[in-house]
Formats: sequence, C-alpha cells, structure tokens
Amino acid sequence: MIVMENVEKIYRMGEVDVTALKGVSLRIDRGEFVSIMGPSGSGKSTLMNIVGCLDVPTSGSYELDGTAVGGLNDNQLADIRNRKVGFVFQTFNLLAREDALHNVELPMVYNDVSEKKRKEIALQMLETVGLAHRAKHRPNEMSGGERQRVAIARALVNNPAILLADEPTGNLDSQTGIEIMNIFQNLNESGITIVLVTHERDIAAYSRRIIRLRDGLIEGEEKS
Amino acid sequence: MKLRESIHIARRSLMGNKMRALLTMLGVIIGVGAIITMISIGRGAKADISERIKSLGSNVLAIRPGAQQFGMVRFGAGSRMTLKYADAELLKEKSQYITYVSPEVSRQAQVKYGNKNDNIEIIGTNPEYQRVQNSHVEKGSFFTDEDVLYKERVCVVGKTVVTNIFGDTDPIGKDIRINNVSFRVLGIMEKKGSMGPFDQDNRIFVPVTTAQKRLFGIDYLRGISVEVRSEKEMTAAQEEIERLLRRQHKLASNKESDFNIQDQSTFLETLEQTSRSFTFLLAGVAAVSLIVGGIGIMNIMLVSVTERTREIGTRKAVGAKRRNILMQFLVESLVLSLIGGAVGIGMGIGGANLVSKLAGWKTVVSLDAILLAFLFAASVGIFFGIYPARKAARLNPIEALRYE
Repeated sequence: MIVMENVEKIYRMGEVDVTALKGVSLRIDRGEFVSIMGPSGSGKSTLMNIVGCLDVPTSGSYELDGTAVGGLNDNQLADIRNRKVGFVFQTFNLLAREDALHNVELPMVYNDVSEKKRKEIALQMLETVGLAHRAKHRPNEMSGGERQRVAIARALVNNPAILLADEPTGNLDSQTGIEIMNIFQNLNESGITIVLVTHERDIAAYSRRIIRLRDGLIEGEEKS
Repeated sequence: MKLRESIHIARRSLMGNKMRALLTMLGVIIGVGAIITMISIGRGAKADISERIKSLGSNVLAIRPGAQQFGMVRFGAGSRMTLKYADAELLKEKSQYITYVSPEVSRQAQVKYGNKNDNIEIIGTNPEYQRVQNSHVEKGSFFTDEDVLYKERVCVVGKTVVTNIFGDTDPIGKDIRINNVSFRVLGIMEKKGSMGPFDQDNRIFVPVTTAQKRLFGIDYLRGISVEVRSEKEMTAAQEEIERLLRRQHKLASNKESDFNIQDQSTFLETLEQTSRSFTFLLAGVAAVSLIVGGIGIMNIMLVSVTERTREIGTRKAVGAKRRNILMQFLVESLVLSLIGGAVGIGMGIGGANLVSKLAGWKTVVSLDAILLAFLFAASVGIFFGIYPARKAARLNPIEALRYE
C-alpha cells in the first residue's frame, strides 16, 4: 500500500538547506490504522505531505497503492490525491460559502462525476457520518464536530486508498474528539486504511500501530 | 470539470460580495456605456451630414471671406469683412454660369414676443436662399425681392422659434421684436432638424439689407452661396467668380484673393471627416475608461485570490489541477466583465437616447458598436483576469493550506 525507501526531503530556506527527513523507510499495509507521532520539528508534517502526495521526496522512493510518486508533475500529483488520498485537516478546511452536500461533492467535481451521481454519493457519505439531515447547512451553521464529520465524508467520496488525518481533533473539545476517533475506528474496521498524524498520546492510542519520529528519522515503533 | 461548475463557483463568490462585485463592475459599465453613447453621437452627426450632402445638390458653391492676417498671425477663414452685398448683386448680374445667388449674414440677437424672449440666430438673406440651401417656407410666405430692396422689417421663423416663443399662437401676421426692432412674421420654415449640436430650426430669416442696416449696422456678408447652372460648369463658374470678384475688389495680380470659393459638398465632407475624427477621439477616451475598469477587475481578483488562498489549497488537496483553478478565477473575472458589459449596453443605449432628448442631437445606436463594446469588455475581462488566475493556479498547495 505505502512503501517508502530511504526517503529524504531537503528544503531550501534562503541560503541554507534544511533536511526535514533524513532517510525514512516505511511500509504500511492495506487496512492498517497507523499513527505518526513526534514533537514539532520532527518532520512529521513533511512526512504527511509526502504520504499525501502534496509534495515529492528529494531522494528515495515512494510508492502509493502501486504508483511510484517520485518525479510526477503537479497535475499528476493532483490526480493521485484526487483518486487515492482522502484528507482530514485540523482546521476542517470546508468551503464556507457552500453547504455540507456541496462540500462533500468537491473531490468528485475534479473527477468528472456526473452531477446526479455526485449528489447521490455525497448524500450517502453524509449518512455514513450521521449528517444526512444537515446536508443543506453551511459550515458556519454547524458545530466543530459536525464540520469535521463533513470533512471525513468529503475525504471518503472518491473511495481513496488511504485516509490521511492531520491532527483531526486538534480544534475540538475532548468529548467531540472521542466521537471523531470512534468514527475513524469504525471506518478502519470496515477496511479503510488510516494514517493519523498527531502529537497527543491519547489520540494515537486509538490506532493499532504508532510510529515515532524525531529529527527526521524514525525513532521507534510500537503496537498499541 | 465542467464550465457549469466554474460559473456556479463564480456566482457564489460574487453573490457573497455583492457590493464589491457591483463596484468592480461599475468601471466596465461606465466604459461600455460611454463607448456606445459616444459612437452613437458620432454616427448620428455623420448621418445628419450625409443627409445634408444629399439634400444640397452638388452644383452649389460657397464664397467666404478670406482669412485675416496681421504679420505672421493668421486668423481663421471667414474672419475678414471683404464680402459685400454689392458682390452678390454683381455675380447675379454678370455671371453667365450662375442661376441663383444667396447672400448671407448671421448673428445672434435677442428676440422678444409678449413676455417670452430668447437668443436666436438671425440670418439675413434673400428669397433665393430657399432654392440654394434647399430650405423652403412651409406655411405663409417667404419675403420677396422688394422686401430686400426696401429693407422691410419682415421675417420668416423656424419651427423651434415657433415652439419656444409663440407656443400655441399662430405666429403669421404677428409682430416680434428683434434687438428691439419690430418685425412682422410672414411665414414658417419647414423643419430641418439639428446637425450635431446645432439646431437648424432655431433661426429667424430676415431680408439681408434689413439685417445689415437696421439690425447689426454692418456692410459685409458672412458669405454668398450660389447655384451653378449645371454640374459640368462648376470649374468654369469658380474661375469666373474668382475673376469677377478680384476685379470688383481691385486686387493686383500678385496679391492673394481676399475670399475663397468652396464646393459645398466638399465643405460638408470635411465636416464629416471632422466628425469622424471626433468620434474616434471620444470612443478612445471611453475605451480608456473601460481599460481602467479592467484594472479594477484585476485589483479585486488579486484581493479575491489572496482571501481565498486556503480555499485554493483545499481544492488542490482534493485534486483540483492548475487548469481547474485557472478556469475558476478566469470565469469569475469574465462573469464580472460580461455582466458589466450587458448592463453597460443598456446604459449606453439609454445614454444615447438621453442625449438626443436633452440636447436634441441626433444619435444612431448601431449593432456593431454594441458588439464592439461587448467584445472589448470580454477581452478586458480575460486580459486582466489572466494574471490573478495564473497566480492562483500556481499556488503551492502546502503553503496555501497553511495560509492564515
């Protein structure tokens, strides 16, 4: 599913090169629920960007669901993200002017799914996260938990290979955070691969495997 | 992604900022409206002049006094006082090619009837004016050669004078005061319409001699119009007039003539060219305002791209390609300029109508002017939309997602 071999990422910040990842090798199989943990500056954001195909490694190889990602251009990456990756962000990142239904439809807009089919699938996904009755509401009329559930529905509509969640409970109170994590757990049990980036031990505990990152290297791994 | 989706997004975004969208469009509205109005005014003036050329006949010559010159300073043509009534009489008497001669003087004068008064152009001439200028009396009668001979205080009035001064009363037989001299109204002229800003019906015709002696106290003419027997004799007639008037004015052979002779239709063609250049000038100024409107669109689109950086990041994260984002913002600026253009067309047509109502100028709204203005607006939308749209399309998704 996810196969990384000796991935390095070097950023140029002005005159200096900053090495964010110093050779990470990683393998995540279909159906896993993995957390990536580490303090800030450990390279976990960079790793997540590469896993999510928002960025490409400077060296090393990365294969997602059988496709080698290194050397792809912007448009090819966009296509991979569209079909294989579902993003859930800390700040939800919903379109403020659109209702829940249209927000969930968004990935299919860039996938040329017919309007009728789009509505059908989006409504079905909203039902999966228990928000079918809120389909016509805009994000500013919803609670944080509801917004994050809309975002999860959006991440799922194109039937992606992995669900990539970046601090998905960071902006939620702990009770709502637990609700969201329960949804992730249920999704994982139904066979969806989930990669979770977090710095909270309690949240990481919901996953079945924890990868620790420090200074751009994998420090260790544990099962939870 | 379908175009429909881009239009949907553009609509959402513009409806979300109605006031801003309206103000942005205002530049395009004014630009397109101004272009259409200006071209309509220009076309109207041109149509007027063309009509005049047709109605004039091509066998009319106009004699104007020459330009005045003091040392190196040359005044405009017609500024000298060299043409006299005697010149007109001489031409009538001596020329073998000329059939009709109409001397003309003209000045503004204060005209009074009852409690109404107005400043009106007074034209002093003779009965042959009707024939030469193709402008006839419609009701009552024109004054006669005897009236001219005896400097009678009689006049013929134009249509506008009737409406402005007399209102509902029939002017024929009434006495009006021009510069405090009493004149009897003999007739009403047929409607001539206006030429550009000049209302040709706001005129009063009096015998040329009366105008010179009793009204203005002058002995020179503004010009003499003559009708030549046939078109083929125009050149011969010009030479003859030149010879007769030079002898009459006692000009030595090495001296320049103190008058010049113009073919009337050539004169009007010059006028037509002038009006064309004027139209270009006005439309050019209007086009500049449309371009300024385009810069307004670019400005707002750049603001919009910055404001929506996170949205762009989100769209890219879920799979929007560069061209999808480019399209989205390009369509938005195009929608702005096209709606602005459509409203501007309405404003332009309205503006043209308003000008012809208020100023009395003839205006011609033409389809090609509308299409031109609309296409121009669309190009402005695309041209000034490209830069912001490209900027949006090239955003790095990681940075865009993190943008605060």
